[in-house]
Amino acid sequence: MTTITIDAAGIHYTPLNKQIRQAVRDGASEIILKNVMGQRFIGDGLIGNVKITIHGVPGGDLGMFMKGPTIEVFGNADHAPGNTMDEGTIIIHGASGDATAHSMRGGKVFIRDDIGYRGGIHMKQYQDKRPVLIIGGTAKAFLGEYMAGGLVIMFRIQDEEPYAEMGLASGIHGGEIFIRGAVEEWTLGIGSSARPATSEDIDRIKSFISEFSQYYGIDPVKLMNSSYTRIAPVSARPFAGKYTWE
Amino acid sequence: MIIGSRPTKFQVVIDKNQCMLCGRCVDNCSYGVFRMEPEGIITNTRNCVACHRCISQCPRDAITIMERPCDYRSHPVWTAQVKENIFKQAESGKILLGGMGNAQQYPILFDHLVLDACQVTNPSIDPLREPMELRTYIGKKPRQLEFIQKSDSDISLVTELVPNLKLETPIMIGHMSYGAISLNAHKAMAKAVSDIGTFMGTGEGGLHEALYPYQEHMIVQVASGRFGVDVNYLERGAAIEIKIGQGAKPGIGGHLPGEKVCADVSCTRMIPEGSDAISPAPHHDIYSIEDLKQLVISLKEATEWKKPVFVKIAAVHNVAAIAAGIARSGADAVVIDGFRGGTGAAPSVFRDHVGIPIEAAVAAVDTKLRRQGIRNEVSIIASGGIRQSADVAKAICLGADAVYIGTAALVAMGCRVCGTCYRGLCTWGIATQRPDLVARLDPEEASHNVKNLIDAWTLELAELMGAAGINSIESLRGNRDRLRGYMLDQSMLDVLDVKAIGA
Amino acid sequence: MCGIIGVIDKQRELMDGSSIRDALSIMDERGSGEGAGYAAYGVYPDYADLYAIHVFYDNLVEPKAQVEDLLETWGMIEHDEEIPTFEQAGIPKIHTPWRYFFRPKTRLMQRSRTPDDEIVKHIVMEVNKSIKGALIFSSGKNIGVFKASGWPEEVADFYRVEKYEGYLWLAHNRYPTNTPGWWGGAHPFNLLNWSVVHNGEITSYGTNRRYIESFGYDCTMYTDTEVVAYLMDLLVRRHGLTQELAVRALAPPFWEEIERMPEDIQRLNTALRLTYGSAMMNGPFAIAVASPDSIVGFSDRIKLRPLVIGEHDNKVFISSEEAAIRTVDSAIKNIYMPKAGHPIVGRTVA
Repeated sequence: MTTITIDAAGIHYTPLNKQIRQAVRDGASEIILKNVMGQRFIGDGLIGNVKITIHGVPGGDLGMFMKGPTIEVFGNADHAPGNTMDEGTIIIHGASGDATAHSMRGGKVFIRDDIGYRGGIHMKQYQDKRPVLIIGGTAKAFLGEYMAGGLVIMFRIQDEEPYAEMGLASGIHGGEIFIRGAVEEWTLGIGSSARPATSEDIDRIKSFISEFSQYYGIDPVKLMNSSYTRIAPVSARPFAGKYTWE
Repeated sequence: MIIGSRPTKFQVVIDKNQCMLCGRCVDNCSYGVFRMEPEGIITNTRNCVACHRCISQCPRDAITIMERPCDYRSHPVWTAQVKENIFKQAESGKILLGGMGNAQQYPILFDHLVLDACQVTNPSIDPLREPMELRTYIGKKPRQLEFIQKSDSDISLVTELVPNLKLETPIMIGHMSYGAISLNAHKAMAKAVSDIGTFMGTGEGGLHEALYPYQEHMIVQVASGRFGVDVNYLERGAAIEIKIGQGAKPGIGGHLPGEKVCADVSCTRMIPEGSDAISPAPHHDIYSIEDLKQLVISLKEATEWKKPVFVKIAAVHNVAAIAAGIARSGADAVVIDGFRGGTGAAPSVFRDHVGIPIEAAVAAVDTKLRRQGIRNEVSIIASGGIRQSADVAKAICLGADAVYIGTAALVAMGCRVCGTCYRGLCTWGIATQRPDLVARLDPEEASHNVKNLIDAWTLELAELMGAAGINSIESLRGNRDRLRGYMLDQSMLDVLDVKAIGA
Repeated sequence: MCGIIGVIDKQRELMDGSSIRDALSIMDERGSGEGAGYAAYGVYPDYADLYAIHVFYDNLVEPKAQVEDLLETWGMIEHDEEIPTFEQAGIPKIHTPWRYFFRPKTRLMQRSRTPDDEIVKHIVMEVNKSIKGALIFSSGKNIGVFKASGWPEEVADFYRVEKYEGYLWLAHNRYPTNTPGWWGGAHPFNLLNWSVVHNGEITSYGTNRRYIESFGYDCTMYTDTEVVAYLMDLLVRRHGLTQELAVRALAPPFWEEIERMPEDIQRLNTALRLTYGSAMMNGPFAIAVASPDSIVGFSDRIKLRPLVIGEHDNKVFISSEEAAIRTVDSAIKNIYMPKAGHPIVGRTVA
């Protein structure tokens, strides 16, 4: 159990990532980054089981292409944390920007508060790789657009009225989205359908509710006992009927 | 039935006197044109796409395929194609899709440019007997070098070069994904480029394990769908290419239909079998030029700055300014794909009407980058409609560092450009995933053909350079003085920065 | 086909132009009587720290007023006069050669390591591109270029080159193909302290021109040789390469040769070819480049044009033909042919 602390104040992301990689090569099991201020690409393409704790505000593409590590951020994250991420976990004690979990293919991303536009866009799954995006707050429009696989759970802890952002799961052709409470009918984008989640559905997401509650010190009971709406694709081929051949 | 039957596009005729009823045409046609009956071979001519597989396999030259033996009344405006498109859309209300590249009769600028040769005032060079250098480095070069001079004879270089790809000929094979084409086609091309010392693109289909032995000659693509993209994939590639757009369909995404996503394709793309593989129109992490820079740098960070990163765009009206933005993004090369670029399937309205030809695009980009003093920041790769070695030479004269070929490599493997790739029934085993059809393409043999083609073009390019008194490709690059425009108007000559013949 | 001859005295001992005239004339066969010229270094000792700007005027009214306006905007004309010429049967005097001794106002050009040179370069480019009826053909310090359309001996006599004394001479006899009869097309080409004579045709001119123009040079002479002067100026003055490295960039070794080099030399040569690929010159050429402290001769990489070097005591000669060297120095013993693409440098020691 080796812990390495790096003061990131004033360090450009390239040398910072080099230091992180070196620490991983040297066998560090935990890396603490202090005074992070806008450095992009932290953990980009990083492979291993290391835990990275970030104090401050990381820049965009946090954990992009990452395969294995756990990143915990005490602060907000910028755009696209978990972009094209492969394996591992990102836990954000705060909010995140647009395109959170963009094209994510595996691992888990937890956001305590709200996320920006187009969260979970084009997430996809394959065999045992099933990415999970869990949002404590709420998401702006086009959540799960183009979604091809994976799981999105949104608790909307502060909200009890129906979810009302446009383009929900527009173009979805794989995966599923659970939203606590009701969803306005008009929010549903092209190719998506909604129905109340069944108790079997809830059973499938219980472990994620527990994990989420544990990270943020929340009582899971309220979340466990809530009703959810499940959004899923109408078809795996939403646009198949749009074309004819010359 | 308001519109009814249309004239057949092709009529297949079997010469009964020649036919020996061997049945090879029946076996080879995947479109269901032929069937064996007691009275002989019967044709369902309406199914024919003119892929010519039957002709190639017929031992007696008994088959003739005629194009539109019964045509519509001729009309210069209301052509057969126009009318048939209207019929189809009137019946379906859908977007028309087509295969292969631009099918409109636009003039081909390459065919209006002629190359130069030496007479008297300088000697031609014989490339068979004298040195001729076609080696090309693709990637970022310094604007100038810095040295430390310790003494008269001891000078050391301070400038560090960033990784470049070393090509033994300025001809590469562009990105055609596994999924759009078969694994055997990929293997054949991968082996050919490895043997030659050049490169090919994976397309947006991931990298199949069978291609790992050739990975040092593969450029891995990262497109908007991010199919098959993980660290392992990025690490394996010799370079990484971000695909923004494609000449055959600028501004729109891609769509591999579920029926082409077989088990193996699903594995390299990392998506479930049978599901559509949809590439969004934009990258949803790139909505502006500074976001492109972010993706370029994220790929470099992920691979520890060891790989050149290319950015491919479709040639659109403002291509020069866009390329100048790309040159400032940290990218090492910009690929410009002209509107004659091929594709498995594209909406015909895009394929035929959006974008500009590669000749004008390359000329405009090279000029713009030079004027801004940033030509060394990126290499220029020209693609989209390169048919022969002369096109390669002309593209380089207009400012390209190298070219991508696509359709030409497929034709070398038998493709007849029937334009029916989207059906997934390619009788040549190229644009299909059907195992029995794929098995028809022998990767070894096909690799010889592809290698032969690139070798032959390379020889011709060397001959053309020698005739122009040039023994190194650097001296051909952007050398528009060695081109003349034939029957081009002044505004076109100005864009190409080429003089007219005789001038 | 053209003829070139150059000589430098390493101790800066002065030579008058008479022997160089004879040397060039012995190669009359290499020309066509439509262009010849001489560049001499050290010819204006009284104005050694001023730029000697030579101009061809079509008339002495509009173009002259415009050039002088420009010069006075950027600096001071300390002295000016018509360059003395003497009528020759074969040279109709279609231009009036004029010379200015010019001091730039340094403070007007900022952001340059060499502001005075930058001002003069700017003036040369501006005049040659924009002022009709004026052409600056010589612009260095203590340097004079004397050229016209005619046979070598006629041009020499037209300017009476025997009256000028220089420690370095460069001369050229032209067989023009592009612009016969045009005085501006005769060699040497000069920019600032660089003078170039060239035999051959640069097949990479289109590439070289676009490259050099992206650095703010304008090619206005309708001929390939001028790019050499600009490339040397860019590579040596602005990029800080040594002359040897600059020549290596212009006529680099083949990749095959580079691969046989030791690793660090290989790295250097690879970097040169990658960075300066567009500056590389192709086609047949033998070139001599002069600067105030050196003369460099080199040929293309596969030796398509003749080049011989002579060395005797303090003198180094570069020529198309041995006979020209022997015309100047009959006692010379060491005459040899350099390796293709390799620079031969004669440098002053004083």
